[in-house]
Amino acid sequence: MWAQQVAFWIIAVAMGLSAIGVVRSRNVVHAALFLVVVLAGSAAIYILLLAEFVAWVQVLVYIGAIVVLFLFGIMLTRAPMRDDAGKLDNDQRLASGVVSLFLFGVLTVFLIDAFSDQKIRFTDSLVAQGSARAVGSDIFHQYVIPFEVVSMLLLAALVGAVVLARRD
Amino acid sequence: MPINYFLILSAFLFCAGAYGVVARRNSVLVLMSVELMLNAVNINLVAFSTGLHDVAGQVFALFVITIAAAEVGIGLAIVLLIFRNLRSPDLDRVEQLKG
Repeated sequence: MWAQQVAFWIIAVAMGLSAIGVVRSRNVVHAALFLVVVLAGSAAIYILLLAEFVAWVQVLVYIGAIVVLFLFGIMLTRAPMRDDAGKLDNDQRLASGVVSLFLFGVLTVFLIDAFSDQKIRFTDSLVAQGSARAVGSDIFHQYVIPFEVVSMLLLAALVGAVVLARRD
Repeated sequence: MPINYFLILSAFLFCAGAYGVVARRNSVLVLMSVELMLNAVNINLVAFSTGLHDVAGQVFALFVITIAAAEVGIGLAIVLLIFRNLRSPDLDRVEQLKG
């Protein structure tokens, strides 16, 4: 229990600082690399929550595929690779900072009010629950129709991306 | 371990993403902030899945990851289209609704 708390705080501080880096960095490539830290941190959080399969899917899909897509997008839009103040942000920084701080305050107050008595009890059955066997069996028994719908959505997104990006 | 730790971390990531969506001008960075918000939702889902001993939350986290991948594909195609038409990835130059 003690080791889990220490691990959580290390991961959470790294994720929080990197999330601020994603939205405040003055260099587009640095923002993408900060995003990698946030995504890897949430994979570590999933491991901490004993959700092993979701953690590895997170590493494969997010860090392996989505970040590479982002880096391609940065290269193809010829974003300035050097530090470029002022160009990456618009002039709503102050207002949106106030709004998101207010949102965070409200969310924190309500979360503490609602869930402060709930604790996660880690048991041995939770390890089996996070395995690929349990998650896969749940997908293919109970959630098979949403699974098929999501695969159709991926096909539609594939065709749509090709149609949008084609040059003719 | 209190479930609130995970929920407040996720709320923080969500608010950082919301800040980025509003305050960023470069469209690729706006997409990155949207990913941050989706990731916050995933942490919530997995935390409740473990807290309530129900695997459904992890299944939905997998669906969210899939839809995020589709969203980034389409989003970057749109960003490329904006860049090709306006010679700039800045979102505040996209102001015409009628071609």
